[in-house]
Amino acid sequence: MDSIYNALCDIVGKEYCSNLPEEIYIYSYDLGTAEPKKPDYVVSPRTVEEIQKIVLLARDKNIPLVPLGGGLSLAGLAIPQKGGIVIDLKRMDSIIEVNERARYAVIECGVSQGQLISYLKKHHPNLTHSEPGAPPAATVAGNIIIHGQGDLAHPYGFSSDMVLGLEVVLPSGDIIRIGSCALGSGWFTIHPLPDIGLFLGWCRTTGIITKLSIKLFPAKKIRGTGTFVVEDEELIPEIIYKITHTQIPEDIIVYSRAIPPFAKGLHHITVNLAADSEKELEFKQELIWDDTLGEYIKNDLGGYLGFTKELERPQISKTSDYKKGGGFEYVGGIMPIDTYPQCYIRGREISEKHDIPYTVTARIIGLAHSMMFAWTYAFNRADEETIKKAREALYETDELVIELGGVIWKPGIYGQRLVMDRLHPGTKNLMKKIKTIIDPLGIMNPGNWELL
Amino acid sequence: MFELKFNQDLCYHCNTQACLTKCKFMDIDNATAKNEILKIVRGEDSFVLHECVTCYACEEYCPYGNHPFYLIVERQEALGITPQPLPLVKRAINISIPFRGEPEINEINGPVINLGAFSQLKNKIQGKLFDGLSIISSDERKMFHYFCQLMYLHYGKISLIKERLPNVISTITKHKPAEVICFHDECYGAYTSFCNAYGISVPFRPVHLFEYLFSRLIKLRDLIKPINIKVAYQRPCSSRLCPDKHLYVNRIFELIGAVLVKRQFSDENALCCGLTIQGQKKEGSRKRALEIQRKNIEDIEMAGAEVCVFNCPACFDTLSIKLKERNIIPTFMSDLCRISIGEISFNDIKMSG
Amino acid sequence: MTLNDFQYSNIIHRCFRCGYCKFPVDWTDVNNCPPYARFRMESYSCGGRLWLTRAWLNEQINWSEYLAEILYSCTTCKNCEIKCPLRFNVDIVNMVVSARAEMVEAGKVPKAVKDFLQNIELYGNPYGASRTNRIAWTKGIEIDRYNGHEYLLYIGCAGSYDIRAQKSSKALAQILLKAGVSFGVLGDEETCDGNETHNLGEKGLFELLANKNIKTFNKMGVSKIITLSPHAFNAFKNYYPSYGGNFNVFHYTHILNSLLKTGRIKFSDSFHKKTVFHDPYFLGRWNGEYETPREILRVIPDIELMEMEKNRSGALCCGGGSGNFQMDLLGGSESSPARRRIREAYEMGAQIIAVSCPKCLIMLEDAIKAEGMDDKLSVMDISEIVAKACNI
Ligand SMILES: Cc1cc2nc3c(=O)[nH]c(=O)nc-3n(C[C@H](O)[C@H](O)[C@H](O)COP(=O)(O)OP(=O)(O)OC[C@H]3O[C@@H](n4cnc5c(N)ncnc54)[C@H](O)[C@@H]3O)c2cc1C
Ligand code: SF4
Ligand code: SF4
Repeated sequence: MDSIYNALCDIVGKEYCSNLPEEIYIYSYDLGTAEPKKPDYVVSPRTVEEIQKIVLLARDKNIPLVPLGGGLSLAGLAIPQKGGIVIDLKRMDSIIEVNERARYAVIECGVSQGQLISYLKKHHPNLTHSEPGAPPAATVAGNIIIHGQGDLAHPYGFSSDMVLGLEVVLPSGDIIRIGSCALGSGWFTIHPLPDIGLFLGWCRTTGIITKLSIKLFPAKKIRGTGTFVVEDEELIPEIIYKITHTQIPEDIIVYSRAIPPFAKGLHHITVNLAADSEKELEFKQELIWDDTLGEYIKNDLGGYLGFTKELERPQISKTSDYKKGGGFEYVGGIMPIDTYPQCYIRGREISEKHDIPYTVTARIIGLAHSMMFAWTYAFNRADEETIKKAREALYETDELVIELGGVIWKPGIYGQRLVMDRLHPGTKNLMKKIKTIIDPLGIMNPGNWELL
Repeated sequence: MFELKFNQDLCYHCNTQACLTKCKFMDIDNATAKNEILKIVRGEDSFVLHECVTCYACEEYCPYGNHPFYLIVERQEALGITPQPLPLVKRAINISIPFRGEPEINEINGPVINLGAFSQLKNKIQGKLFDGLSIISSDERKMFHYFCQLMYLHYGKISLIKERLPNVISTITKHKPAEVICFHDECYGAYTSFCNAYGISVPFRPVHLFEYLFSRLIKLRDLIKPINIKVAYQRPCSSRLCPDKHLYVNRIFELIGAVLVKRQFSDENALCCGLTIQGQKKEGSRKRALEIQRKNIEDIEMAGAEVCVFNCPACFDTLSIKLKERNIIPTFMSDLCRISIGEISFNDIKMSG
Repeated sequence: MTLNDFQYSNIIHRCFRCGYCKFPVDWTDVNNCPPYARFRMESYSCGGRLWLTRAWLNEQINWSEYLAEILYSCTTCKNCEIKCPLRFNVDIVNMVVSARAEMVEAGKVPKAVKDFLQNIELYGNPYGASRTNRIAWTKGIEIDRYNGHEYLLYIGCAGSYDIRAQKSSKALAQILLKAGVSFGVLGDEETCDGNETHNLGEKGLFELLANKNIKTFNKMGVSKIITLSPHAFNAFKNYYPSYGGNFNVFHYTHILNSLLKTGRIKFSDSFHKKTVFHDPYFLGRWNGEYETPREILRVIPDIELMEMEKNRSGALCCGGGSGNFQMDLLGGSESSPARRRIREAYEMGAQIIAVSCPKCLIMLEDAIKAEGMDDKLSVMDISEIVAKACNI
């Protein structure tokens, strides 16, 4: 008998542990183009203690650990590159506390975006969080861990800028806390203690986040989206600069794509506005569409397409069906706004070269301090050739991000190498040292950021 | 290329200048009107070409059926005066390019209803009223093969209509329809008014939806229970192309016992929904559209309507949320008729609106 | 069998495995696909099932009893079809059913499924009970054998054999008798409607049952059928017409509702209970019928009708569909959908869970016992509630 399997069953219960081909198969894939890699075991723990025990077991037996949230991050981030134990964290799904007045929520790591949104709507209708366009089955933790961006990224930045506290199981098996919760106080601030936030952006190579506190923001009664259409890509940085100067929108996204035809060669700027009254809404609309963008309309450079109340949950997964093929993957680059025209033109070229209808999207982050520019490549899961083309396009795009002076967001293995090759040696050295202290055996997600 | 049959003599001898003096968006006296329309006839620039919000109304105002609106759009295009900013024009041109393969052509040899570019509204043509009709353009992915293109009248792009409409007509004709009931009266206007004006031949018989509904209701008369609801009607711009069919609103209402409330903005005095205006290049267009919508909504409310019936899905989309905010239920004519024959309830339209 | 021969080979790869299908309408949790709620492994999610099916057809993984259980744990509740944003969503359940058909064809199904189907084949019911016991539920009341009555009352297997469900069959018959409805039953000549057989992928057996039933109904001159179970309702209404069986089919709630509206049944007793209605998906998501049962409940004297958070098209299935009321591939845990459903009702303060399906009745009744909540809430069929309020 497999003693590790038995030990895992003892920890989480037989039902939530598997080494059968069916689970091994499913957990070896993500949704994108990454090559599958088989885990040896899959477990689905319910408590921090169970996670701690799993980590201790993995440490003692020197087995790789791969935490998994919604598994929707693409880029192969949650694929077990070196086998080992995949820890499906979605049963860790308690919403522990919502503090209305201090506007934060403490949740377990398996809470999904959909669950939190629905909970807030029911119990705290005045509060909302920054929800990414990912399918609602994505976890909130998964999104902050990879420096994601949600629909409040324009005013408030990356999702990881919204963290107010963390509980983490280290590769040593120790459980630590960061932020005011480390003092036994409420989970309301991550500052002003010494900064040891080593768990975001490390591509889960430093520990497993089990609980987190995130900032919540006012949910206004009316929310809606207006759209502005521009043909000349060179105008986009300037227009974004002007819109963000108003400090009014909740979310700003620019997209252009080959399909459907209305979007081809044009840039649709969608601007989410929120208000508590019609008066407030009209004030904001006037400021954006008339006062800020009016001159573009007058000069035939841009057009106001209208405003729709009520935000629809984004269904970007529909992109996966462009080729009736069930798949897409994108490269996200954190880019300076000024690079928009180049990002668009070069991205279109890459798509066209690989025979993929082009789809580019930019979400504005932190008052245009940067944008997350996504180049999306659809493929047909049943056609190996299209997967290959998409993969090549993704690699070329990784290179483009670097070339244009951006930073690859949540890079896969290929992109990670590009980044590491260029990293300042001092920085790289320090990261290496930290990783060695935290995870001397290298059991956390090996295969990622290997050269560190 | 197809040429507009426009009789300029009629304008020279016209003493009403109704086309422009009645315009709800420009305040023009007779003398100016005559001057301007003649300038337009001659192909010269006129402020009218810049101020026009493209509400189609002058097509109806002209007492001689001389096509002043088509002429205006012809001249706008010739002089490069687009009411909408160029990026929106480009978007509009692209929007109706079919890109999901060719439609399946089945020969019907019977009456059909053409949903045009509104395939998603299949649920508005259900039940006994539509028994025996085959639907064409029921697949959203193929609907632009059936799109009448008249929308480009709002974009100063009449050439595009002339270029694309014959293909659409030929696609429809391939189905061998005995007659084509047009779900939207813009389509009906295209196959009657527009094609007549341009001498484009239409090998099938277009039928206006309201006229069709009326004749079906007559047949189902025994089932009708008067619905006794106060209903407003929101007349769309496209109805200006077939004012004779506008009469069916009244006839249908009488038949089904709906009370047509008296609105200030009704019939010839109707006010458009403002959708096309909001994005126009002219300064203040967004506010102008809002103002028009406010006027419409207040008018409907003041008239005491519980329900507002639409013909045009675009008007429906533009005004329905605002109506609902005031507890007025937006709906389509077909659904109202279905209530009268007991197929659905008042509550159903309340839920589905 | 290879992927190419599979009826849905051109779409099965289109599932992105994005997981919308796990949610109810309002995104409360990821527990609205019953097998996923029960096992919480990706393999049991709707997307996981589709991917595994494809992998099996593609020979990337081998058949195993366990793989078959993953396929058969789908209750065909269609929550996924409501939530999946992609166009192929209308065929999700069809894909599962087709894959099962392949397994049946190859003689590779889990033991529980095999027994279930075998019993139907041999005894005309999944329980393996004798045909003569099919009328046990009528004990104590006089019901006509169908003989040219206006309606055939079709009770089905669960309502005939299961002791708990029998009570609802009886209550229904008594109401119809009291209202003077002209109806008769088939008694021991009744045989399984085949709805589950169909969805378990046993097409041959289903055809046999359908043809047999259609023949019987036609021979007896049946034109209108009232069914106790939404499952039978679905089979008669949606499957039988393609075998030439065209009947006017009603679920019993349709009949009760019109009897109430026309005053043919009248309430005499109060039913002062906090009640929630649990939608059975063969009425709801499969046949778009959400309101009729509620209309009945709304007029029960003194009832306090509440809505569960997950209601109508967002209702959580009890886990009994696709034969699981008997095979119970989803049972045995506090995560079992029926037990989750009971807790949801309890947390809202409900005293009564009203159902309109004998399978839901059985599943939820067992779940109440398993949760140890016998003294806190109970499950009643709408027929039983109506009977009680009419003092029958
Ligand atoms: C259609 C689509 C649209 C998207 N749109 C957006 C968008 O608008 N904005 C955006 O930011 N992202 C977007 N994404 C990317 C991604 O899905 C989201 O960022 C998502 O929130 C990731 O969460 P997850 O739970 O799926 O993460 P996973 O993929 O499960 O995990 C992400 C990484 O974190 C690790 N991890 C997960 N949980 C833990 C934990 N508790 N402790 C330690 N490590 C952990 C995993 O190993 C993995 O490496 C999109 C994805 C798709 C498919
Ligand atoms: S069935 Fe639809 S919603 Fe579910 S995972 Fe597949 S694509 Fe996503
Ligand atoms: S039909 Fe129901 S049980 Fe089956 S996959 Fe869909 S949601 Fe899950």
